[in-house]
Amino acid sequence: MRNAFARTIIDLAAMDPRIILLTADLGFMVLEPFAQRFPERFINAGVAEQNMVGVATGLAEAGFIPYVYSIANFSVLRPYEFIRNGPLYHRLPVRIIGVGDGFDYGSAGFTHHCLEDVGLLRMLPGMTVVVPSTPQETISALYQLKEVSGPVYFRLGKSVNALPEGTPFDSMHLTLFRPGRNALILAMGGIVVEALAAAEKLQALGFSCEVATVPSIQPPPLGQLIEALSRFSVCATVESHFVKGGLASLVSEIIAERGIKCRLIPFGVRTLDDVRSGSVAYLRKLHGLDCDSIVKRLHSSLTETRA
Amino acid sequence: MFQSNLTGNGRVSDDLPKSIRRIILEQAHRANVGHIGSALSIADIIAVLYGEILNLPSRRDPDRDRFILSKGHAALALYAAFRILGWIDEEKINTYCCDSSLLGVHPEHALPGVDFCSGSLGMGLSIGVGSAVGGKLGNSSRRVFVLLSDAECNEGSVWEAAMFAAHHRLDNLVALIDLNGQQAFGKTKDVLDLHPLNKKWEAFGWHVREVDGHDCQALAQAMGKASAHADKPAVLICQTTFGKGVSFMEGQIPWHYLPMNEQQFAQALREIESGDGQ
Repeated sequence: MRNAFARTIIDLAAMDPRIILLTADLGFMVLEPFAQRFPERFINAGVAEQNMVGVATGLAEAGFIPYVYSIANFSVLRPYEFIRNGPLYHRLPVRIIGVGDGFDYGSAGFTHHCLEDVGLLRMLPGMTVVVPSTPQETISALYQLKEVSGPVYFRLGKSVNALPEGTPFDSMHLTLFRPGRNALILAMGGIVVEALAAAEKLQALGFSCEVATVPSIQPPPLGQLIEALSRFSVCATVESHFVKGGLASLVSEIIAERGIKCRLIPFGVRTLDDVRSGSVAYLRKLHGLDCDSIVKRLHSSLTETRA
Repeated sequence: MFQSNLTGNGRVSDDLPKSIRRIILEQAHRANVGHIGSALSIADIIAVLYGEILNLPSRRDPDRDRFILSKGHAALALYAAFRILGWIDEEKINTYCCDSSLLGVHPEHALPGVDFCSGSLGMGLSIGVGSAVGGKLGNSSRRVFVLLSDAECNEGSVWEAAMFAAHHRLDNLVALIDLNGQQAFGKTKDVLDLHPLNKKWEAFGWHVREVDGHDCQALAQAMGKASAHADKPAVLICQTTFGKGVSFMEGQIPWHYLPMNEQQFAQALREIESGDGQ
């Protein structure tokens, strides 16, 4: 997704002279093609994310469309108040690119594990929050959301995964990867690969699971979510994010507000007791977000429900 | 009636700062709120900006100068200028701090004339820097002025913006620092010493000038010339007196937050009108 962004932003900038790309000194070996093609519209703001967002706010008010780029924690958490009081409050078209979906920077340690960005930004009315799960969806979302008048956040995974190309991004739709009858698994971003592998194993155990992602976390595809949740008595959410604030919270809000009879089984990060560095695979397993952990917990719930 | 305070020939009349101070006192008293000392501190700077310096053909002209009151807690001085310019009427300014008013203690973007909201210290300079970069990229003649408090320079983000502005040679950007030496809990030198502030800005690559923040002629001259230094942003360190114009407020920490009682209001108004406290 990160590389898809790096390619697409060049195409967008070629069409639209208002586009400016700012980075907080990250994107080495990724953003150089843009910098070479549009040197006057590439600004390395240095390791100063608050200022980068402030500058983007001033640029957007002056008629430009700035994209600010960094590892997600640094483009969201550090300048959060600048985002709130700047592009959000003034409804300015600043695009925030957060690279690193959950544990993408696993071996870099806790400071680089991005686990609350979606929750923090989803809370803000007027903030568009997008989490694509494939490069194609990333490209499609970048094109479709180019003209949104307010701020947009893109959480972009760094890892390459072997997902099939899904449908183009559509803020009104879930992206369906697999139909099913016994349970719904909703995933956020690239971790859908674990959900798909889990669905495959559960199929062998006699349970048919529908797997979809929610690429537009805000605004959510409300109609489709209500429809999907109403068809199942069990829904699992899978996300590389704290279990509070992100996809599980979104789904539980809809279940509660609409009075839908569907049990939620949230898979997300719950504790800071086990802070470790490691690979994406290791950290997903540590926090119960890998395929086998999903199968074990969901199988137990589904067996219980069936009994 | 307030239009008469602007002479129309680009010069600040003597009455303009006085009118700003009078409105500050009247509104702070009516609303029974504080931040009076901070607003009085910048009354002359605001008078010079709106009376002479800012190029504002209209409030929506894309090439208009931008002004950001980064020390948003002194917004009452800004509202006073808006009232004098006729941008808000008497009825509207009398809603200051009332329910549903756009005129709160800190300026809201929804109020026409306020380009950017402020109130959270340390944000205005970054936004002003973006505005200045936008001006350069868009070949706009606009200048950008950002008024900061001295204690606001405690914020690290100010220095992020300062580094950036110098690196990008933003000579269309002017920072104004209201150096009254006071912050909420005491004197800046006791809370978190800024000294030597001029050398800090110089070291960050800015053109630095120190000016009497209550001398309108000197301020106007300094602001007019501030952009004459090609390739560098400019900072005017404005030596000011907290609570300027009201003897019992001048240099007195409590007037950061305190409202006035009837007696204090009457005395303050008398001093402003007679100029005794100045």
